[in-house]
Amino acid sequence: MAEADGVRRRDFINIAAVSAAGVAGVGIVVPLVSQMSASADVLAASSTEIDISSIQPGQAIKAIFRKQPVFVRNLTPHEITEANKVDVSSLRDPQTLEERTKEGKENWLITMGVCTHLGCVPLGAGEGEPRGEFGGYFCPCHGSSYDTAARIRKGPAPKNLEVPDYAFTTDTVVKIG
Amino acid sequence: MARILSILVGLFFTVALAWSFGKGAYQQITEPPAATAEHEFHLLPKEVSFASDGAFGKFDRQQLQRGFQVYKEVCSVCHAIRHVAFRDLAALGYNDAEVKAIAKGFQVPVYNNATGEVNTREGMTTDYFPPVMYGGQGTPPDLSLITKARHEGPAYVYSLLTGYQDQPAELLKKFPDSKTPDGLHYNPYFANLNLAMPPPLTADGQVTYSDGTKATKDQMAKDVSAFLIWTAEPKLEKRKQTGWPVLGFLLFATILGYMSYRNIWAGKKH
Amino acid sequence: MSFPWAKEYKPSHPFMQWMDDRLPLPRLVYNSVGGGYPVPRNLNYFWNFGFLAALCLVLQIVTGIVMAMHYAANTQVAFDTVEQTVRDVNWGWMMRYAHANGASAFFVVIYVHIFRGFFYGSYKAPREMVWLLGVVIFLLMMATAFMGYVLPWGQMSFWGAKVITGLFGAIPFVGEPLQQWLLGGFAPDNAALNRFFSLHYLLPFVIVGVVILHIWALHIPGSSNPTGVEVKTESDTVPFYPYYVAKDGWAIGVFAILFCTALFFFPNALGHPDNYIPANPMSTPAHIVPEWYFWPFYAILRAFTQDFFFIPAKLMGVLAMFGAILVWFFLPWLDRSPVRSGSYRPLYRKFFFFGLIPAMAVLFYCGGAPAAEPYVMFSQIAALYYFAHFLIVIPIVSAIEKPDPLPFSITESVLGHDEGAQLRPAHGATEAVHGEA
Repeated sequence: MAEADGVRRRDFINIAAVSAAGVAGVGIVVPLVSQMSASADVLAASSTEIDISSIQPGQAIKAIFRKQPVFVRNLTPHEITEANKVDVSSLRDPQTLEERTKEGKENWLITMGVCTHLGCVPLGAGEGEPRGEFGGYFCPCHGSSYDTAARIRKGPAPKNLEVPDYAFTTDTVVKIG
Repeated sequence: MARILSILVGLFFTVALAWSFGKGAYQQITEPPAATAEHEFHLLPKEVSFASDGAFGKFDRQQLQRGFQVYKEVCSVCHAIRHVAFRDLAALGYNDAEVKAIAKGFQVPVYNNATGEVNTREGMTTDYFPPVMYGGQGTPPDLSLITKARHEGPAYVYSLLTGYQDQPAELLKKFPDSKTPDGLHYNPYFANLNLAMPPPLTADGQVTYSDGTKATKDQMAKDVSAFLIWTAEPKLEKRKQTGWPVLGFLLFATILGYMSYRNIWAGKKH
Repeated sequence: MSFPWAKEYKPSHPFMQWMDDRLPLPRLVYNSVGGGYPVPRNLNYFWNFGFLAALCLVLQIVTGIVMAMHYAANTQVAFDTVEQTVRDVNWGWMMRYAHANGASAFFVVIYVHIFRGFFYGSYKAPREMVWLLGVVIFLLMMATAFMGYVLPWGQMSFWGAKVITGLFGAIPFVGEPLQQWLLGGFAPDNAALNRFFSLHYLLPFVIVGVVILHIWALHIPGSSNPTGVEVKTESDTVPFYPYYVAKDGWAIGVFAILFCTALFFFPNALGHPDNYIPANPMSTPAHIVPEWYFWPFYAILRAFTQDFFFIPAKLMGVLAMFGAILVWFFLPWLDRSPVRSGSYRPLYRKFFFFGLIPAMAVLFYCGGAPAAEPYVMFSQIAALYYFAHFLIVIPIVSAIEKPDPLPFSITESVLGHDEGAQLRPAHGATEAVHGEA
């Protein structure tokens, strides 16, 4: 009996040693994986302040947020009514203009300039660029058309242009992120 | 044959070395190199200790804040710390609002794409400490890494700041040509004894600490050295704190490994 | 390829059988580092260093790949990207310190491994090829380490690159064009930095290739051992698995403890402070030295201070520096003693312990010291002995030495008797196979 116990104890030590090596291996993998995620400087730079005072109604600008374009558009009253006329339930991604803007600032449409299909930059924010048949944005890569609330209306994109987290720090300055 | 060849090659190198040695030794005896003032009067850094020293060392946040104050009010006139971002200052114990306020106090350059001019704007937390334009004598080094870029860096910075003195009469007597040139300042802790930087810490109370610590010259020098330890290695604490559990685990695993090794070799003489 | 009593791989699972019939990779592992590789039972701890060296190589490749993910080889930003990695990348500080200290650890291990070879005569027949490949690995390591040190583009990086490529400038006639070709310019700059990065990434994988050849060549005669007596019978050996796996395993633990102590508590102790100053082509640091693992050869380089007949001192130094390593290639033929192990060679042992080791110690010390007296004179004496040791002492000693009596077999040296082997003729079948006579 003593013999058998001894054997078992010895096996146990070998198994424990191999397990410890396994734990060490996992411990090494953790930082190796973690080092690839966004670094502190990238994370810190993830908010952007934009001065919107010079954007006239009907105009839009492109700014950079997290290394991606963001569209800031000053809608005309006509564009706002156009957007509100649409029957929300008929949309692929049902949302009202109100839900996509801040209260009292319905004319400021702030969205990512990244097509929800495969990530191209839609046209329509720059001066003279085509805005597509719904008057919003048009993605030339695969023909997605967005309306004046930047909602998907036609083409392959599954979702409306994403509205980032933002807040008006003053009447003329928006902080995104 | 191979043996003779090898010995010949060996003789070639050894004789050449002996020749170099002999001639060098002869020169050493006939014309010994002249002593230099640097050689005789340069001092190694003073003994000084910091809270972050040692295997369990941690930063003294209060001291780092005081050191930052000294840097900001005294050193930053000439020296930049370009590897440090304002956001990093949160590690000194400042809250978000304080970090923002500090950043605002600095003007950072922005290149204007439209006009090609370089303007400045108030700093934001994501900005790095801006470069410092300096037109005077000497080239003030960037201080971000200074305590790692010098032997015994922290003690060196402290000694240099507190080491200004008049040139010893003895030095001038021995080396009459080594008088400190105009515009330079004698400091035995500097490698060639004379440096362009005038004594930066000139009087007790030069900065006013908000935590009530008395701002003696010695205290300010220590505090700013502590701050520069942090700028050179903000991850120092994390490094040491990671080290202990890792070593503890390795010790445990190694003992297990040793026992397993004894087990497997049990009864096998070797 | 192995001893007749080596165990044969027997797949235990139908899948392994299927695998073995198509790609016998498990069999290869079994025969190289498993139960199918018989190893002398009497190896001491110096024999752990080969395995540790392989571990260091893996460590350097893994941490190096990580560093490359965050590095940019451009003189404008190289220094800053390394700092950025240390400050902002998750665990970046650890990766950087692990890679920098990993290089030092690799050289510590490899120097012990090489000197193990010197003392126990591991370079001798039938293992010459193992030795030659080992020297090739060492040269590749030096090239890789040198180029890696240039990458952070600090002061020592820049001036190291300038000085080392300057060595090639000493070669008559082709020197200057060669140096320009190496740098892709008149001084180290973007062109040099980029090619150094490219090669620094490439060479470790070349090293992996040569290491595989090194191990392959080792497996033909099998490992040497502290007695230097070849394996005769099964009782002389134990299978690599589990015996030496367990022994290497716990040695890895000891190595990891020492390595992590340096990594977490003294990460900059072996580095030079000047490399925390960005490269400045207009100002040379007061005292330039390479990394510590190059010091002996750097000391030899600087020991030649006088022109020797028509050979300029600079060229002489370069010749000697490269010669100091190249001479290792000839070692198997310079040392003609029939006895392998220094333990049974009283005269050789004296020269090893009282000549070569102190000379290396002095060269190490003086290579890191300023180029001034008395260091230069010390390194001249030490370098003189170094060359004399390999080119004069070893050939003569191996001719005149009377070795101590060798044990009949490994088993006899361990147990004091060896019944099994006494049944065989004095020069057993295995020895004839390996052509030792």
